[in-house]
Amino acid sequence: MKNFTLLCSTMALTAGAAMAEGELNIYNWSDYIAEDTIANFEAATGISVNYDVFDSNEVLEAKMLTGASGYDVVVPSVEFMARQAQAGVFAEIDKDALTNYGNLDTGIMEILAVNDPDNTYGVPYMMFTTGLGYNVGAVSERIDADKIGSWDMLFDPETAAKLADCGIAVLDSPSEIMAPALNYLGLDPNSEDKGDLAKATELLLAARPHIRYFHSSQYINDLANGDICVAVGYSGDILQARDRAAEAGQGVEVAYAIPKEGGQVGFDMLAIPDDAPNAENALKFINYILEPKIVAAVTNYVYYANPNTAATEFVVEEVRTDPGIYPPAEVQAKLFSLRPHSARYDRMLTRAWTTIKTGQ
Amino acid sequence: MSAVSKLPGGRFLGRFLEKIGFGGRSLVIAVPVFWLLLFFLIPFLVVAKISLSEAAIARPPYLPLWEWEDGFLNITLNFGNYLFLLDDPLYMSAYIESVKIAAISTFITLLIGYPMAYLIARSSPDNRNILLMLVILPFWTSFLLRVYAWIGFLKGNGIINNLLLKTGIIDEPLIMLQTDFAVYVGIVYTYLPFMILPLFANLVKLDGSYLEASADLGARPITTFFTVTLPLSISGIIAGCMLVFIPAVGEFVIPALLGGPDTLMIGGVLWNEFFSNRDWPIASAVAIVMLVVLVIPIMLLRKAQAAEAEAH
Repeated sequence: MKNFTLLCSTMALTAGAAMAEGELNIYNWSDYIAEDTIANFEAATGISVNYDVFDSNEVLEAKMLTGASGYDVVVPSVEFMARQAQAGVFAEIDKDALTNYGNLDTGIMEILAVNDPDNTYGVPYMMFTTGLGYNVGAVSERIDADKIGSWDMLFDPETAAKLADCGIAVLDSPSEIMAPALNYLGLDPNSEDKGDLAKATELLLAARPHIRYFHSSQYINDLANGDICVAVGYSGDILQARDRAAEAGQGVEVAYAIPKEGGQVGFDMLAIPDDAPNAENALKFINYILEPKIVAAVTNYVYYANPNTAATEFVVEEVRTDPGIYPPAEVQAKLFSLRPHSARYDRMLTRAWTTIKTGQ
Repeated sequence: MSAVSKLPGGRFLGRFLEKIGFGGRSLVIAVPVFWLLLFFLIPFLVVAKISLSEAAIARPPYLPLWEWEDGFLNITLNFGNYLFLLDDPLYMSAYIESVKIAAISTFITLLIGYPMAYLIARSSPDNRNILLMLVILPFWTSFLLRVYAWIGFLKGNGIINNLLLKTGIIDEPLIMLQTDFAVYVGIVYTYLPFMILPLFANLVKLDGSYLEASADLGARPITTFFTVTLPLSISGIIAGCMLVFIPAVGEFVIPALLGGPDTLMIGGVLWNEFFSNRDWPIASAVAIVMLVVLVIPIMLLRKAQAAEAEAH
């Protein structure tokens, strides 16, 4: 069901008898928490949690801008959070109530402050990169080894053509695909220039005939089942597909690569809507997530890196040393992050995206 | 006698209500009127209002239509949203494509649904109930799950492909999922009961003596069908087609799950305006225009129904 959360998550906030410690309504990305995190939190605090999921920033944003969502903790990506904060939908984070706030990586907090001045509205939850997931067997029999792990797999029509028959899937997220396209062309990934956008659109239109579909979560299962062989997607999602493929034992081997030309690094933030009915419990939850062992358990499960320096020692070694999760310094140097776009540019971008998808 | 006064102890209340002009009759009518007001007219007016506004970074993300300032009421109506829809050919082609997909699906649904409805109407009352039950049965499972089930049938290593590969009919798996073909399959499958039920209700009323008379006059069964049965069931056909066509035009879930990236339907365009562009006013304008596009077939339906009512 998580594959189509935008319909299913129409507010499951009908909880019955609340416990003495009250309730907490969380709205998080699909497949983005350890299996037992919520149960452990409930056991530790006595708070009863309603947990809903979504699979796109846009869906969350629509709920926030409508207001009265009923949620106490939501998890927007930082560039989306910045714009929503402008609309006044979030409450300021009471840092004094967060005893574990000091565990956060100060370097990352500075990067986040570019979008969220003084880290007023958000506490980072997880970091992700957007890159290439692929079926090792299917891809290596079709293209040269030096093309594997390069954006050529999508943006070079000749290479993409060879992969088209086994299936290429791309995130249905204009900004997260246009940015690497701009970067691939040697342009600023955050450019709002019309000419730059036209060039990137051109690049994607050339690749378009070889793309099977655009979707932001379906590729996890499809990659694991061998229904597709390349997915441009989120790091942790692809690594989860890798595990599912290994568990299924059908001979599908999935790998994740941060493209050598560079990729996007993103941050998902814990934020509290200003009309949250249980704001105090929301702070308790955020503080719980900031506990090193708790957030390390999440990372161990979802394969996304966390920005908690105290947690690193509790992250299991195979996760900590996986370059797809904790990229080495030379890869980090090539990563870029996104800025919020102006409404005018967003319209141009969406329009270009429709052209890319439908040819109209 | 009003309906209310028949309730135990309601005699007094009934007389009182009748006295002040709320007889049983108007009470009975009041319920659907209230329903339409609450769930159709008011939401429609809200959408119409937003469609005349201007997008903004705010909550809600559009500017208010009117402002009270120093005793002046400032009303700002922005018709630019509608003009914008004309500016960009995308919207027109999405409407045309949606109507095309809905019309073709409706036609296929009719071709499949008519014989089924006919068979059910002509079977013995015992069998009829069982067959009707079978038509309604899929509703007991969530619509979303049934569409997901089709993914399992249609996908590359899905049931249909595996079957065809094993039997040697094809060598390469057919690409059926994420195509317009899958959208047609999804819509026809989902809306088939909405075609069958009104057709059945119509065909079951068909007087068998007409068919006998036609046969006595020397018509072959096929002639009888086209000259007697089909014309008599035309109102059932219209009702069934409307019930399929109207929701199919605005369909979002089926093209989103089964369709390809180049399946351009108005539901998807609306999603983009609302979610990707955060432009609620344009999204509302798209919805209003779609409503206008759909009002024409609805009016045709009403006309046909009125004509039928007169004939009886």
